[in-house]
Amino acid sequence: MVGTKQSGIAAGRLSGEKYAENFSDLHPPLTSHEALVEADRCYFCHDAPCVTACPTGIDIPMFIRQILTENPNGAAKTIFDENIMGGMCARVCPTETLCEQACVRNDCEEKPVLIGQLQRFATDTAMATGEQPYERASSTGKKVAIVGAGPAGLACAHRLALLGHEAVIFEARPKSGGLNEYGIAAYKAAENIAQREVEFITSIGGISVEHGKALGKEITLDGLRNKFDAVFLGMGLGGVNGLGIDGEDGEGVEDAVEFIAGLRQADELSALAVGRKVAVIGGGMTAIDAAVQAKLLGAEEVTIAYRRGKDQMNASAFEQDLAQTNGVTIRHNVQPVRVVVDSGKVSGIELEYTQAQAGKLVGTGETFILNADMVFKAIGQTFNGEVATLALEGRRIRIDSDRKTSLDGVWAGGDCVAGGDDLTVAAVEDGKRAAESIHQTLSA
Amino acid sequence: MVDLRNDFLGIKSPNPFWLASAPPTDRETNVVRAFKAGWGGVVWKTLGEDPHVVNVNGPRYGAIHAGDRRLIGLNNIELITDRPLGINLQEIKKVKREWPDRAMVVSLMVPCEEQNWVDILKAVEDTNADGVELNFGCPHGMSERGMGAAVGQVPEYVGMVARWCKANTRMPVIVKLTPNIGDIRQPARAANEGGADAVSLINTVNSIIGVDLDIMAPEPHTDGKGTHGGYCGPAVKPIALNMVAEIARDPETHGLPISGIGGITTWRDAAEFMALGAGNVQVCTAAMTYGFKIIDELTSGLKNWMSEKGYSSIDEFIGMAVPNVTDWQYLNLNHIVKAKIDQDKCIKCGRCHIVCEDTSHQAITSMLDGQRHFEVIDEECVGCNLCVSVCPVENCITLEQMTEGTDPRTGQPINPDYANWTTHPNNPNRVGEAAE
Ligand SMILES: Cc1cc2nc3c(=O)[nH]c(=O)nc-3n(C[C@H](O)[C@H](O)[C@H](O)COP(=O)(O)OP(=O)(O)OC[C@H]3O[C@@H](n4cnc5c(N)ncnc54)[C@H](O)[C@@H]3O)c2cc1C
Ligand SMILES: Cc1cc2nc3c(=O)[nH]c(=O)nc-3n(C[C@H](O)[C@H](O)[C@H](O)COP(=O)(O)O)c2cc1C
Ligand code: SF4
Repeated sequence: MVGTKQSGIAAGRLSGEKYAENFSDLHPPLTSHEALVEADRCYFCHDAPCVTACPTGIDIPMFIRQILTENPNGAAKTIFDENIMGGMCARVCPTETLCEQACVRNDCEEKPVLIGQLQRFATDTAMATGEQPYERASSTGKKVAIVGAGPAGLACAHRLALLGHEAVIFEARPKSGGLNEYGIAAYKAAENIAQREVEFITSIGGISVEHGKALGKEITLDGLRNKFDAVFLGMGLGGVNGLGIDGEDGEGVEDAVEFIAGLRQADELSALAVGRKVAVIGGGMTAIDAAVQAKLLGAEEVTIAYRRGKDQMNASAFEQDLAQTNGVTIRHNVQPVRVVVDSGKVSGIELEYTQAQAGKLVGTGETFILNADMVFKAIGQTFNGEVATLALEGRRIRIDSDRKTSLDGVWAGGDCVAGGDDLTVAAVEDGKRAAESIHQTLSA
Repeated sequence: MVDLRNDFLGIKSPNPFWLASAPPTDRETNVVRAFKAGWGGVVWKTLGEDPHVVNVNGPRYGAIHAGDRRLIGLNNIELITDRPLGINLQEIKKVKREWPDRAMVVSLMVPCEEQNWVDILKAVEDTNADGVELNFGCPHGMSERGMGAAVGQVPEYVGMVARWCKANTRMPVIVKLTPNIGDIRQPARAANEGGADAVSLINTVNSIIGVDLDIMAPEPHTDGKGTHGGYCGPAVKPIALNMVAEIARDPETHGLPISGIGGITTWRDAAEFMALGAGNVQVCTAAMTYGFKIIDELTSGLKNWMSEKGYSSIDEFIGMAVPNVTDWQYLNLNHIVKAKIDQDKCIKCGRCHIVCEDTSHQAITSMLDGQRHFEVIDEECVGCNLCVSVCPVENCITLEQMTEGTDPRTGQPINPDYANWTTHPNNPNRVGEAAE
């Protein structure tokens, strides 16, 4: 039996129940009593600030009122009208920086209405009925190609199908869902919600998914433009930023996103190997998720090393707290200069203190070594640039407010476009907006 | 597919939700906003003769709040429209022309002389409005001038004015009733006999909402004095439901169309009024509390409930509960229920125990084996529903019917047969066979 204290990289650090407990739902769902009590707190504000703060513009006061009047299915419909992934968003949205931050209750009692939890209550109730709440408009005979079955692609497909078009999704991976399936932390996406949601969305009809078809490999953009009436690109970010330091290819240095994907797809968590001492380089959601899940897999010491201060971290305060309550140490103002490798294996990482000088981050020259037998890279993902003909902006696809790209008949959205928030909810909004714009163009 | 369309006296509207005659329907701006939001129709704020009345320039409203300042009762001392008749008529005509699919009913209140009614009816006909509602309800201000509730409280007057109106207009006539009367069936019967096409109820209930203990005057007060007002909002719904049911089940008025009003805030409230016989409903306070947008909750909620129940149109459930409203003497005295506490849901607040202990039948424990534990003692429980009513957790305490064995309270075997007070041995006027 391997324990937390076993050195090196090892599997089976915990007991079976402990794995189950660690990776269960982060926030257990509200009971109907709790939902009613919470719904009663909503003031049904005029031109409600929470609606403005939601990237998809869900009519939040209305859905909460529908919960209060014991009409959770109607509430879910109000949510789905703007956000067909309302179920996943209820679990993964950083509500503390979105809708709940805008709640007027913050002003009187510093405790917002728990919008995310209520949204989950409504969408869970509706999805449990197994019914698709929408009927498609009569067929327009138009076909749209979508690249990527992530939140952006699926949201686009659903809205197009609703409006009577046919959507064919080309997806490189064997499963649909994008990062919902391969990226989101396991304890936020418990009980196979990603696949249940894919089924729910595609059950409207008129959506087919062809797996194992990657743009740039099996298919080309020109091919899609010739064969379809419109194209939507929602392939997310395929590449990972490298550290660009010595020792990066040592055994034990891993890409955080890949580690999480492996964890999400694992049949048996106890078979997953994790280091005793783990270092995570980065300061975003990915860094937090990799660190917390490494800890939950039984790593003894997990440290996040971030090169700037606490307030600059991309991860929200809630996420940072989550890491800390799970026993993850966050070290600010340190940057990696070298991975220490002993006979091919990682034994630590050398970190240098940083400071801001005239607005620029510089190393102070003073370094120390953090022992680690595993190092995760979580310093951001990059757009793969599958399509050379598209105009970019800051290394991602340039779009206008209708999500049109520089190429005629090609729309794009989600993580692969410039100017976004890199959030599930933002990807859903892009997909929805693009579908509306495609519909307008095709009906003209 | 669920169809919410409503046909009330031949007046058609896309849904059964009308705004009641009150500030929400006071002027073109408001009514157009309401129609844009999706309301099925309006009863325009009550018109009177010129010179128009004036309102106080101080507060008109007072409110009762439940916890967290949720408004549950509203009191007002507003009079009928305080704008010239001509302007109102012009606006009504314009809005009806621009919104032909919405119901436009005009509320009226003029002195009790036939000619006054004839004149205003002619003026309203010219607007192409769909119908009129006679306001016999306002309990304050107008009643001091012999109008409103002063008419509504005298059934003969109600019948007389209804008759004048029916004789002088082609438009459907709805008589709006005041609840400030002992027996609501009397004015309803009078309206029916006078030929009214429908009744609507309730208008507001006489009320003083509170007293300012610093200046020792009723709330709201203007320059140190207050007057009674009219009470409405969620708190009056039970009063209104009963009055609607009384009219619906009265053999003399049975079948007379009813427009239900009083405290309607959610789709469920509306469905309840309709189950008790209302052909449609009118809303005032809920709109004045939350704005017109609540219409979306009302329509979506009603639709969802209807599709869950398998109703495709509202006519399918209107009046369905009326046959089950009866007199006390016909209730089945052999139907035995006992309260039951779901121990998994119980949060051990003890409220059920103390209310039963202090004010009912000492039928709920507070301790078991030295532990805080609340459980019903069947030997004492009379099935009164008090504990259910005060329990903060929904469905934690339920009333369960006993269908066999012996009632441990009375020691009597459970009798599956129906038996009511009319044949009960304790009834001095009992009869041989139970009447239903
Ligand atoms: C570790 C991690 C944790 C996160 N946690 C959160 C969170 O808690 N809350 C939150 O709101 N957001 C979170 N995000 C961000 C969120 O997951 C993304 O913003 C969102 O998934 C973007 O959706 P998308 O559809 O643009 O891209 P993706 O979800 O990346 O989907 C793209 C899809 O396209 C496919 N694809 C890629 N290339 C090709 C190709 N060439 N041809 C065909 N198909 C292709 C991919 O396989 C994938 O299925 C997290 C991200 C990561 C990495
Ligand atoms: C401020 C106010 C003014 C009202 N004015 C009128 C009126 O002019 N004519 C009328 O028939 N009823 C009037 N009413 C009564 C309402 O139409 C309605 O019958 C009553 O408020 C009960 O419904 P509710 O509980 O939905 O508010 C008024 C009510 C309020 C609150
Ligand atoms: S509701 Fe409008 S009119 Fe009335 S007191 Fe407030 S601001 Fe004045």
